[in-house]
Amino acid sequence: MKQFITFVRKEFKHVFRDRKTLLMLFGLPIVQIVLFGFALTNEIKNSKIVVLDYSKDNVTRAIIDEVEASQYFEIATETKNIQEVEAAFKSGKIKSAIIFPSNFGNDLLHLHKAQVQIIADGSDPNTATTLTNYLSSIIQGYQQQHLASPQSSPEARGNSMSFQIIPEMRMLYNPELKGAHNFVPGVMALVLMLVCVMMTSISIVREKELGTMEVLLVSPFKPLLVILSKAMPYLILSLVNLIVILLLSVFALGLPINGSVVLLFLVSTLYIITALSLGLLISTSTASQQTAMLLSLMGMLLPTMLFAGFMFPIENMPLPLQIISNVVPAKWFYIIVKSIMIKGLGIASIWKETLILFGMTMFLLALSLKKFNVRLA
Amino acid sequence: MHRSKIVSLNYSSKMSGEIVIQANQLTKQFGDFIAANSITFEVYKGEIFGFLGANGAGKTTAMRMLCGLSSPSSGQATVAGFDVRTQPEEIKKNIGYMSQKFSLYEDLTVAENIQFFGGIYGLSNKHLKAKSEELINQLGLQSAKGQLVGSLPLGWKQKLSFSIAILHQPKVVFLDEPTGGVDPVTRRQFWDLIYQAAESGITVFVTTHYMDEAEYCNRISIMVDGRIEALDSPSGLKKRFNVSSMDEVFYQLARKAKRSDN
Repeated sequence: MKQFITFVRKEFKHVFRDRKTLLMLFGLPIVQIVLFGFALTNEIKNSKIVVLDYSKDNVTRAIIDEVEASQYFEIATETKNIQEVEAAFKSGKIKSAIIFPSNFGNDLLHLHKAQVQIIADGSDPNTATTLTNYLSSIIQGYQQQHLASPQSSPEARGNSMSFQIIPEMRMLYNPELKGAHNFVPGVMALVLMLVCVMMTSISIVREKELGTMEVLLVSPFKPLLVILSKAMPYLILSLVNLIVILLLSVFALGLPINGSVVLLFLVSTLYIITALSLGLLISTSTASQQTAMLLSLMGMLLPTMLFAGFMFPIENMPLPLQIISNVVPAKWFYIIVKSIMIKGLGIASIWKETLILFGMTMFLLALSLKKFNVRLA
Repeated sequence: MHRSKIVSLNYSSKMSGEIVIQANQLTKQFGDFIAANSITFEVYKGEIFGFLGANGAGKTTAMRMLCGLSSPSSGQATVAGFDVRTQPEEIKKNIGYMSQKFSLYEDLTVAENIQFFGGIYGLSNKHLKAKSEELINQLGLQSAKGQLVGSLPLGWKQKLSFSIAILHQPKVVFLDEPTGGVDPVTRRQFWDLIYQAAESGITVFVTTHYMDEAEYCNRISIMVDGRIEALDSPSGLKKRFNVSSMDEVFYQLARKAKRSDN
């Protein structure tokens, strides 16, 4: 134990003496939060929508068909009650819902006025805005085509605009459509991945490059402990980073943490361990710091940015890329953090993602430890 | 002056005759490639044993097996009385090691490096403090105690590195080409440290490329293509090959080698 502490203390000295890296470690989240604060444009294709039709008349049928026919939407289910809509949102399978009240068609014909409700998942504000805009324009298009159709007299045509469908929009989870809600979990996924993977792999490979690794392996200090003590400072630094990001988002961006903070930290620790094992894996397959850095950057940073889902919606990607995105740990972490922080959901709603992340961690850890031991033999 | 020391050391080691390293038919095979082919030798307590060979001759492989870093494919070896196959952890406690790359942390100070390496060998704080004091005085590094190791001249680093390798009073110290890139004067000073260590009873196992260093050893073995082709005292070898310098002995043996680097 004393040896372990000696080792960890030494690791911290390395970290604190390398001022530039230290500055980067803590400057990065701040810079990224500022950078990603700007809106990112999203293209939407075949977004899953749920339909709740209390009216079930010709008009609603026609509008639903229009929605279905558009390239933007794909109807996931047609439900009968509002609970199912809510459940669909919580599961994260759908991004929007359209609800027709009863007597929709009648109201429209007789009162010349009817209301339709559009609900969108606001935890992804760019997508949500785009979705609601598309939906209302589909409804407006229907209005112009059918309700003002020329089969009636010119007089009626003049009256056409009196037939009004008023879409009422509601944003779930993120009513003010704050962009921060979306990118804070993304920055968390990115920064933790970067710090852990790059820093651990570099710090282990550096020992190899310097030749100190050999000296350590010849010493009675257990190789497994070498790895543990090298990972320890980065685990702690990452947790500090996590706190910095959360404080920034709560106090600077005014984004509350809706779910359990404890759960958030537990899941983040799991994600950090995933990243640390990845770093270890990289370090066992490379011999120079440059290669380790390049591998971490190309192999980790890029996929994390692309496939986590906070920059580019995964559902709009071609199928092969969607499949690839499943092996990116950041994707699952992003879903989990979004659920906890923004939707305020508990473990019951995220256990599946957490389990996937846990499985990945175990796999990576086992693989890297095995590789590390093989190198020793 | 080194000559006389060698003679006296040679004498004392033969007197004690205690075997510290024993290798018997030690072999390491990587697929079809036999890196170390059935090597057999003994090293006595307090001896300076030179391990020579061209690049790729199998020196490092043999040394790794003796350090417990790599398990032999066949054959046996004991180091400090422990079996390399079954007791590598015990061996690690009883040996010191200095690699061919300079192997201290450049971003730590002299004192911190001593503390760290002493610490991972489990030396107590009190013991460590006394030891590091002694070591710093011995090397004349009092003024540089708080300096980062990276700012020291290479010669000092190497001497410090060696002193740290024997900080925990190991039975054997393995030196893998310890003096690479150091000027002749510093190399000589470095060898003074090696003699001191040997006199205190630490067995020194050293690989080298420099033939003048080979002359400093009590006995040397020369590896060619994974086998030990010759093993004797420098004077014995010169007599056997009927030449006047170790350079010529080495050249005669090494040119028979079929494999080179890689």
